[in-house]
Amino acid sequence: MTKKKDVQFLLGNEVIAHSALEAGVKFVAGYPGTPSSEIINTIVGYADETDVYVEWSVNEKVACEGAAAAAFAGLKSLASMKNAGLSVALDFLTHLSMTGLGANGGSMVVVVCDDPDGHSSGDETDSRWLARFSYAPLLEPSTIAEANDLVKWAYELSNEFDCHVMLRSYTRLSHASNPIELGKIQKKEVEARTDNNSSISPYLARPKHAAVLKRLARIKERFEASSFNRYEGPEPADVVIICSGSGYQCAWDAVESLGVENSVGILKLATLWPFPSNLVTKFLTQTERVLIAEEVDPVIEVYVKAALTDARLSNKNVFGRESGHIPDYGEITPNRVIAALAQILEIPYEKSLEADQRKLSEEIDQLLISRGLAWCPGCPHRATFWTLEKAMKRDGRNAYLTGDIGCYTLDVFPGGKKQQNLLHAMGSGAGLASGLGQLRRFGYKQPVVAMCGDSTFFHSSIPALINAVTNKSNYIQVVLDNQVTAMTGFQNNPGTGFNALGQKTPRIDIETLCQSLGCEVTVADPFNVRESIRTVQNLLKDDTGVRVLIMRRPCELVRMRLEKTKPYAITVDNDSCRGEECQICTSQFQCPGLTWDPETGKAAILDEICSGCGVCTDICPFGTIQKEREVS
Amino acid sequence: MKNVKDPANVVVCGVGGQGNILISRLIGRILTKQGYSVSIGETFGAAQRGGSVFSCLRISKKRLYGPLIPDGDADIILSMEPMEALQQLKSLGNPEVMVLTNIKIVPPVEFIIGDQVYPELFKIKSALIRFSKQAWFIPATEIALEIGAPIIANIVMLGALVGSRVMSITLDEAEAEVRATVPESRLDLNLEALKRGYRSTVG
Repeated sequence: MTKKKDVQFLLGNEVIAHSALEAGVKFVAGYPGTPSSEIINTIVGYADETDVYVEWSVNEKVACEGAAAAAFAGLKSLASMKNAGLSVALDFLTHLSMTGLGANGGSMVVVVCDDPDGHSSGDETDSRWLARFSYAPLLEPSTIAEANDLVKWAYELSNEFDCHVMLRSYTRLSHASNPIELGKIQKKEVEARTDNNSSISPYLARPKHAAVLKRLARIKERFEASSFNRYEGPEPADVVIICSGSGYQCAWDAVESLGVENSVGILKLATLWPFPSNLVTKFLTQTERVLIAEEVDPVIEVYVKAALTDARLSNKNVFGRESGHIPDYGEITPNRVIAALAQILEIPYEKSLEADQRKLSEEIDQLLISRGLAWCPGCPHRATFWTLEKAMKRDGRNAYLTGDIGCYTLDVFPGGKKQQNLLHAMGSGAGLASGLGQLRRFGYKQPVVAMCGDSTFFHSSIPALINAVTNKSNYIQVVLDNQVTAMTGFQNNPGTGFNALGQKTPRIDIETLCQSLGCEVTVADPFNVRESIRTVQNLLKDDTGVRVLIMRRPCELVRMRLEKTKPYAITVDNDSCRGEECQICTSQFQCPGLTWDPETGKAAILDEICSGCGVCTDICPFGTIQKEREVS
Repeated sequence: MKNVKDPANVVVCGVGGQGNILISRLIGRILTKQGYSVSIGETFGAAQRGGSVFSCLRISKKRLYGPLIPDGDADIILSMEPMEALQQLKSLGNPEVMVLTNIKIVPPVEFIIGDQVYPELFKIKSALIRFSKQAWFIPATEIALEIGAPIIANIVMLGALVGSRVMSITLDEAEAEVRATVPESRLDLNLEALKRGYRSTVG
């Protein structure tokens, strides 16, 4: 038997990154965010063997500006981000569409990874709308292999039409994996040079807008003829499923499970904006019924309906998110498409409703309990929120806490302390606090406390903090400095002193920066719970101006990875444990390393989960939980 | 594939940090070498913080399937934690499904804070037996601890999957893949885990 070549499963994100390298990308920038982060991580892995420049930028707007700069200088560039990040970058990208890339041979692709269902996001917004808003051509791959091809084509389009191209990914592509054959990364030397002017200005807004629309019309022609838009199935078909992205694979599952290969066709679209309406109209004339399978919003659905109106074909039936055949929120799934298609074809699809299944579901439901997210054992954030809760309670003035995006967001989950009152976007904790801090003149008496992590601080809290200082607002800015961008996979940030490649860079010192703004700055250790509570109480008492509290303690997962040992061995003394009448450690501190032993009626340590941080020994009021320096 | 339909749908599930992603990749590589088209779907990110995690494998000789398994269409559930097996059985199960689960409980935070009671293990086992074609209960964490590290319970479960013969994977194939993946210093430990898992179900 011949030995087969070793198989590598690659994530959609890894393939997107590799494809960009094959296309000759020289400048890659992004900000971490699930499900996009592995794109930059992958490029970092190739930084040694290629001449690619790669950075974690301070935020998505700066990432796009950096990537555009490289394109203006004649290079190929890539910016990557999650859906929320596109909103941050959009001001720049919209204007970039107006100027183009300077016709200097450069090209730029913006990869945006959406998170339908919000597996790891506060929303499931659909970035595809924003391609039209920002006048950018939009591609959406439906398989990993297609992503591999589309990234390269995106660079060709960008170069030919002198504009950035947006490629939309999503959880089921970015985080799916297939064994895939990769192409070669060619070494090609380039010289960066800028000798063009690309500016927008008010008096040019109208003519530039007109020119951009002309460019989009030319791109539309190209998209109408693209072989990436493909029809599979009988012609004519009883029903055509028009789909993109994850909807394509789900459409196949639906056609197969219902056994309707001979009557239902699948029109897969990969070029979504400008919308290839002529191509779609051609298939619409051949069928009476269309089902749209896409996620999350009815983007294709709206464009298909417009195409029908333009072609005077309004008598056709379009089913999808707007018709209610597919719920108008949430991921597209095989079952959603199966159910919709079955409903349209009037095929009884009872599989999930069979009596056995129903009984199974009901019985299992009686047993199942939920499994909410919680901070890791030994997480400094748990200790910080414990401290804040205690200090704010003792202060007694109903302090109001504005939250932010990072691991500390877990505060609002079942294992959190439910202290954050507001929670929105990156950096919004500071901005909301800056506003609340102005409301004393209207009788507002509650102290205001804002959260942010170290990476969030640099990303977008700084402008709000400056706003608060300069307008004499009044609040406490807590920076939960765990010295890493933890939630998205432990990336470096300006506060760590290392760049994306792990090379040493100047560490931006948060306290010096805040002091330079004139803020009173205090640094505390979250693990020193008693002292931290007093510190927060004092900061709450002195409620004038903007006070910064840095809660500094490295992420426990990073520490564990480096040190591989527990600092303390933790034990519970069953004799002194007050059991059910107390339960402070389990029901209030809520560390996964601590549990409740129903047999003894006492707290117990789960050795294989406990990280040995020892904070629980400080929160136990009876000295029952004890720590001993681990000797290893 | 012997014993299962095409596409074969396999769920590897557990709690964040139990190593189910590694197991799904190992199974995926073995089956790709056997000539199957394999897709793996995963969610990671926030779920890694103590939540339920699962990978879906879709395995076929016909074509490359999408990464999501239709409801009620799983053929095999390989779980690192008993309640997670039940969770997946609820949405993806059917009377033909085969279940292999580690019996070591990882209590959810809802149990720790006293909001909910973790179901008694015998009740979970009974439900898994009644609502599957066959169920295997493996003391994988216990075996892993005997060998030296709870973290390799996932490799014990891979061995158990091979030993159960619910998929056409030989011990040699699994061993070769473990050898190709695990660092030299941890190899003996992992091979021992694989064999102990294999012995727990073979026969």
